[in-house]
Amino acid sequence: MTTTWIVLGATSAMARPLIRDLAAHGAVMYLAGRDMAELEKLAADCRIAGAPEAHTVKFDARDASNYAEIVHNLAATEGTLNAISFVGTMPEQSEIDASPDLIAGVVMDSMTGPATFLTRLAPVMEARGNGVIVGISSVAGDRGRLGNYVYGAAKAAFSTYLSGLRNRLGRSGVHVMTVKPGPVDTPMTFGKKMPFMTTPEAVAKDILRGIEKRRNVIYTAPIWRLVMAVITHIPEPVFKKMSF
Amino acid sequence: MSFSEIDYAGWGRALRAQGPVSRPESAADLAALPAAPAAGLRRSYGDAALNDGGQMIDMSRMNRLLAFAPETGDLTVEAGARIGEIAALMAPQGWLPAVMPGTGFATVGGCIGQDVHGKNHHVSGSFGAHVTAIDLIQPGGRVTTRPGEPLFRATCGGLGQTGLIASATIRLKRVPGDIMLVTEQRARGWDEHLALLDGSKASYCVGWIDATATGAAMGRGIVEEGEPARGIVKRRDTTSRVPMDAPHFALAAPIVHAFNWAYYHRVPARGRSVARPLGDFFFPLDRIHDWNRLYGQRGFHQFQCVVPLASAPALHDMLSEIAESGLASPLAVLKRMGPGRAGHLSFPMEGYTLAIDFPNREAARALIARLEDRTAEAGGRLYFAKDSLARGAQIRAMYPELPEWQEIVTDIDPEGRLTTDLIRRLNLRSAR
Ligand SMILES: Cc1cc2nc3c(=O)[nH]c(=O)nc-3n(C[C@H](O)[C@H](O)[C@H](O)COP(=O)(O)OP(=O)(O)OC[C@H]3O[C@@H](n4cnc5c(N)ncnc54)[C@H](O)[C@@H]3O)c2cc1C
Ligand SMILES: NC(=O)c1ccc[n+]([C@@H]2O[C@H](COP(=O)([O-])OP(=O)(O)OC[C@H]3O[C@@H](n4cnc5c(N)ncnc54)[C@H](OP(=O)(O)O)[C@@H]3O)[C@@H](O)[C@H]2O)c1
Repeated sequence: MTTTWIVLGATSAMARPLIRDLAAHGAVMYLAGRDMAELEKLAADCRIAGAPEAHTVKFDARDASNYAEIVHNLAATEGTLNAISFVGTMPEQSEIDASPDLIAGVVMDSMTGPATFLTRLAPVMEARGNGVIVGISSVAGDRGRLGNYVYGAAKAAFSTYLSGLRNRLGRSGVHVMTVKPGPVDTPMTFGKKMPFMTTPEAVAKDILRGIEKRRNVIYTAPIWRLVMAVITHIPEPVFKKMSF
Repeated sequence: MSFSEIDYAGWGRALRAQGPVSRPESAADLAALPAAPAAGLRRSYGDAALNDGGQMIDMSRMNRLLAFAPETGDLTVEAGARIGEIAALMAPQGWLPAVMPGTGFATVGGCIGQDVHGKNHHVSGSFGAHVTAIDLIQPGGRVTTRPGEPLFRATCGGLGQTGLIASATIRLKRVPGDIMLVTEQRARGWDEHLALLDGSKASYCVGWIDATATGAAMGRGIVEEGEPARGIVKRRDTTSRVPMDAPHFALAAPIVHAFNWAYYHRVPARGRSVARPLGDFFFPLDRIHDWNRLYGQRGFHQFQCVVPLASAPALHDMLSEIAESGLASPLAVLKRMGPGRAGHLSFPMEGYTLAIDFPNREAARALIARLEDRTAEAGGRLYFAKDSLARGAQIRAMYPELPEWQEIVTDIDPEGRLTTDLIRRLNLRSAR
């Protein structure tokens, strides 16, 4: 039976090993994003790695005008349909403080865009009664902090959205998994020394294992579940004086 | 394209560097870079991929497979694509890189930059013999070079000095499947070891050598021959990782002795044939991530030389000196090489190559210096991918095509913006 994946934010540095792996296992790939030239290269990579088909799709989190059309095309595929979103942007908090108008974009990229798309896709998957939706959120969404609270707020919204979507789609056999990465070795973090940094390869493994075990929420690296359990339990009077 | 200040090291971790490093992810990133030397995954042991105090471009994230033509086996990839990932993806489809070094983490850019050899060098030649096009970004602009051109020859084994390799086309070879049929035989001493290597008819052949054995057992080891095949074998999915620098006694002489004894006797006296996953045969060390930390904080050196066939006795004497010293590690390899070399500065020559790791200690450095002199006397050559101790004067006699290479390189990069620590240490870009 055919397995199809649509990847939102397919040019993401974190996404590439996972995309390669899905392709090598014979999935039909729909690679969605803004940079069509880069997406074409990824599609070629997928075909060589073993994907029977790899398509590129124009997707902008800030422009929902073609979502219906994308969903329409996906509805025409056969077999299991799956979706994953890597979309997100994180301007420096200081930049946002200087130009608060940036907030709208941050929320669109991490929340509004992916959620609008997934909500359109949901009925198609519900009708098939199978498939998986994976959303890349962030540990930053677990608690607002000095360094990135607008980004964190957008990710918190997305985590909450995914939790509700899971509640809804679980009833029809569609599984929704929330992924909360800590620092990952990507351009966002390159050259910075950060605790418990993991790699895109390890993230891909964690996601695949999570899907296999039908986990609801995973942290990657897994140690972040513990770290965030501690951080979310620091009393607010103490937390508000901390800076990290 | 942004640069970050980073501390980094060669694989041996004895030589280190610090400076601004940029790691492009896309064609747009690449186009925005200044002229600077490039690195792959820094599996060169010494300073070939270091530029202390200067800019460096890390190509490891430019690793997409761009095009494949099944009629010819021609695969075009971005230069950061790793040999191991290409093998893992293509072998199940019946294709394999025609030449693969002993680590799957080597990138295609690094394999071209060092014109690497594999366990099949005696039949297939070096990496460059299977490259059909190289796309370079030079300080003056982009060019594509193909076999037969002087620029192509200067680029294979050219240590990145002819420009940044953005992508390349390599010709894969057909294989029946993704496993290896491996025959292992004991060689009880030096003469038997050479005889087994000389007599091998296999496509892939290499000798592991017990560099601690002395007397009649001197030169003993295991000769491994392999042929690609189709079948099903149990795969070990797990890799392990060396979590921290080992204490300095981890590779002390008695431990190495015991390890080597066990490793030798693991193969029955009559030999054996076994089926193995491809990776286990070609990249045995890759299963242990960061194994270079086993040598502790000070790091280690690898000595690798090749000597002409007729100089086998000189190599015998070098190995006895190593065995007597008690300094060798378990990682020691002996191989017969063919004549194939694709570049002016390529390492291979028809003869025997010996590669041995040593901890980074005074006594070992002194031993390596003597081995380097002996190599020069024997008419042999040292390998830039491994070297971190040689001196420029020695190297000149070993690489007679250096002046031709220099002429081409000076033309491309007159200001020396692509030079690395190795180039400076060995004066490879100056007239003397
Ligand atoms: C365990 C192990 C086993 C090995 N076995 C073998 C073996 O069997 N045979 C063998 O020949 N070698 C062997 N090697 C050496 C290794 O294959 C070479 O050092 C190879 O060059 C490593 O590739 P890399 O991508 O890490 O390149 P690096 O070490 O990062 O770079 C090597 C050189 O190529 C240049 N370079 C790299 N990428 C580019 C680029 N995109 N554009 C321009 N220049 C570039 C660098 O400037 C440098 O001069 C082994 C190494 C290890 C660690
Ligand atoms: N790196 C980390 O340490 C880390 C940690 C926790 C969570 N995360 C999250 O993990 C995800 C992937 O991160 P990454 O490190 O791989 O970053 P990345 O390379 O910047 O990836 C972000 C992806 O989102 C896409 N995108 C951004 N804005 C978009 C828009 N308006 N419309 C469509 N696509 C848009 C980008 O596409 P373009 O190529 O077109 O820009 C890119 O594909 C992100 O959601 C990030 O927030 C990252």
